[in-house]
Amino acid sequence: MTTRLIYFAWVRERIGKPEEDVELPAGIETVADLLRWLKSRGEEYEHALQYPDVIRVAINQEHVEHREKVAGAREIALFPPMTGG
Amino acid sequence: MSGVPMVRIQREDFDVAAEIARLTQGRADIGAVVSFQGLCRDEEGQLSALELEHYPGMAEAEIGRIAAEAIARWPLQGLTVIHRHGKIAPGENIVLVVAASAHRLAAFEAANFLMDYLKSRAPFWKKEHRADGTDGGWVEAKQADDEAAARWKARPE
Repeated sequence: MTTRLIYFAWVRERIGKPEEDVELPAGIETVADLLRWLKSRGEEYEHALQYPDVIRVAINQEHVEHREKVAGAREIALFPPMTGG
Repeated sequence: MSGVPMVRIQREDFDVAAEIARLTQGRADIGAVVSFQGLCRDEEGQLSALELEHYPGMAEAEIGRIAAEAIARWPLQGLTVIHRHGKIAPGENIVLVVAASAHRLAAFEAANFLMDYLKSRAPFWKKEHRADGTDGGWVEAKQADDEAAARWKARPE
């Protein structure tokens, strides 16, 4: 299944693109697994996801914890802590 | 509260008086309106603008969820939340919360709650443009904002 990954703020700038469609490899069960896999995809990902603990994640436009399962996710967004308001 | 809260994510400015009037006009059951208006400051002349990036779709959805929680917790007669995005100059508006209730306490608390939650959960990110022409980078999230949001959880229902 194809999953759309969306990036915001400095995560977007460091990865160098606003979004991409990926086929998640077998074995990626949780958000934490996804972050680990993405980080290994190249220098720009390594730079963006150097400290995975600070990365906030939303699945299908709702905040989730890193232990959340990614199965069935259409859209997963990765971004820094929010600074609106 | 009868009716749904009004949530708007927009590039253009808003008119505070018009938004308050929209909630109160033609009604006699509202005894208190609290509005909070957040503006862009110039950081003592250092800042020329803020660029607000947002997550379209989720911004509306998340603020809608926060507003629904406020409506569940306080007896509100009306609620409006407007958050701007794009480039905003010092002195311009960024965000507006208007809470209307029969009595002041619910309106004060709901507006306060909304702002604390917007800061830490609404998908917006601020980038600074400095007055000297350089890129000031992304604004860092403040621990104090997370703590402000967390105190609403600690309260007895």
